[in-house]
Amino acid sequence: MNMNDMISPTVKNIPPSGIRKYFDLLNEMKDAISLSVGEPDFVTPWNIREAGIYSLEKGQTHYSSNAGLIELRSEIARYMEYRFGLKYNPREEILVTVGASEAIDLALRSLIIPGDEVIIPEPSFVAYKGCALLAGAVPVVIELQAKDQFRLTPEALEKAITEKTKVVIIPFPNNPTGAIMTKKDIEGIVEVLKNKDIVVISDEIYAELTYEGEHVSIASYPEMKEKTLVINGFSKAYAMTGWRIGYACGHPCLIDNMKKIHQYAIMCAPTNAQHAAIEALRNSYDDVSMMVREYNRRRRLMVDGFRKAGLDCFEPLGAFYVFPCIASTGLSSDEFCEKLLMEEKVLVVPGTAFGNCGAGFVRATYASSVENIIEAMKRIKRFVDRHRGLHI
Amino acid sequence: MEEILEVLENNSRLNCEEIAVMLGKSVEEVKDAIKKLEDEGVIVGYNTLINWEKTDREMVTALIEVKVTPQRGEGFDKVADRIYRFPEVKACYLMSGGFDLTVIVEGKSLKEVASFVAEKLAPLESVLSTSTHFVLKRYKDDGVIFEKKEKDDREAIVL
Repeated sequence: MNMNDMISPTVKNIPPSGIRKYFDLLNEMKDAISLSVGEPDFVTPWNIREAGIYSLEKGQTHYSSNAGLIELRSEIARYMEYRFGLKYNPREEILVTVGASEAIDLALRSLIIPGDEVIIPEPSFVAYKGCALLAGAVPVVIELQAKDQFRLTPEALEKAITEKTKVVIIPFPNNPTGAIMTKKDIEGIVEVLKNKDIVVISDEIYAELTYEGEHVSIASYPEMKEKTLVINGFSKAYAMTGWRIGYACGHPCLIDNMKKIHQYAIMCAPTNAQHAAIEALRNSYDDVSMMVREYNRRRRLMVDGFRKAGLDCFEPLGAFYVFPCIASTGLSSDEFCEKLLMEEKVLVVPGTAFGNCGAGFVRATYASSVENIIEAMKRIKRFVDRHRGLHI
Repeated sequence: MEEILEVLENNSRLNCEEIAVMLGKSVEEVKDAIKKLEDEGVIVGYNTLINWEKTDREMVTALIEVKVTPQRGEGFDKVADRIYRFPEVKACYLMSGGFDLTVIVEGKSLKEVASFVAEKLAPLESVLSTSTHFVLKRYKDDGVIFEKKEKDDREAIVL
């Protein structure tokens, strides 16, 4: 038997990640600076870790209910209300998942009939397209533009909608561009969607990491509340990536059906991590604010660094990524990343990893120490100066 | 401009240009603000935190609980002043509770600290009693954990 023939073509056709090869190179290098990983460099605040330890000491090592500890869901409901003005019933409208990624997968599998179209703005998180394909959907990509500050415009959305459109994914604050949607931007999108039978999956995992104004959830518009599934989690804001706790809030019918898949595939999110997450919501808001202020300073430092290196760099106002245009170096995204790693030992990620329209861009994360950022920016400037010279 | 303090408290080696970029201010604004904070005595120094245990230098630290008689019109300040001016004294705090002053003293040896207490501190007129505790190991100082794992052992992940 040839195992390769046994693999589902849908899965086989999902391309391998373009980033992996850089990691292999990086692992062999000494004093390389990686600005490539999409996770906080902060360790989870101690009170949260301590709560996790305490829950183990108390012997809380069993399953929780499928939807997650009711205590955690209640805290999530409280948080969603005071932070974003969104009211959800913790018993019916909230599901705790293994990271926000699981919630994306569950939502798409619950909604998609093969052939349905899912609108995905790109560049964006790699999982949307993969999960859509696995669910049998046809991904319809909207290529976001640097001239629009990588925001989703009502015109572009309108153009992408057909009678087959089932779902629109709204991924803001955005990975990899750092773009946000202001209240006005969201209002434009609401106008397009309010009278249509299209479900919105709003991935708000970076909501806390918004550096100008307040994050606005599309679900906060009454006409959108029912048809929007809000996805969030603890990984980014609370530096809890390894704990794997995310959640989805939305219509009870959608949540209930997502829960069916969740209970067969996962049973429940790790109980221990759920207890830690309760502590995060109850007592860690100061830590979040401290981290956000620190990210904001690093953000300005990195944007300034890229601009001083002579690269076009729009001002990212969310998440922890900078997405400069490197076209002026005469290098492709891939070449830029590979040469930068080999010549200056700095790793950034090619924009193409997040969709074809990421060509000509790279993603660098400022979830790294100030010292690392200052040193990396020096090296990048040296690199750009050298290569620009070669191509003039 | 309180954020300048947050930045400098964590890393006093950053220059004005870097701080200006980080805070989205002009270099002049940052320079003026720092000067003002220094003039007002908000910023009182720029020190380096050293783990002397990792060096060859012999050093002992003692925490001394001191009971004193406050002086009329001066309270505790005058007594404290007499004590903290000794260069051996690294820190001096007025306390609530069972004693009045915490005095942190550094010396090359146990003997040196002991003689400081016996010859300088205890004989002061207003000092009623002292109780000396020697530090055996410093785990954390000024918010910095000394034996910190520096290596980043995160595994590569695609996302």
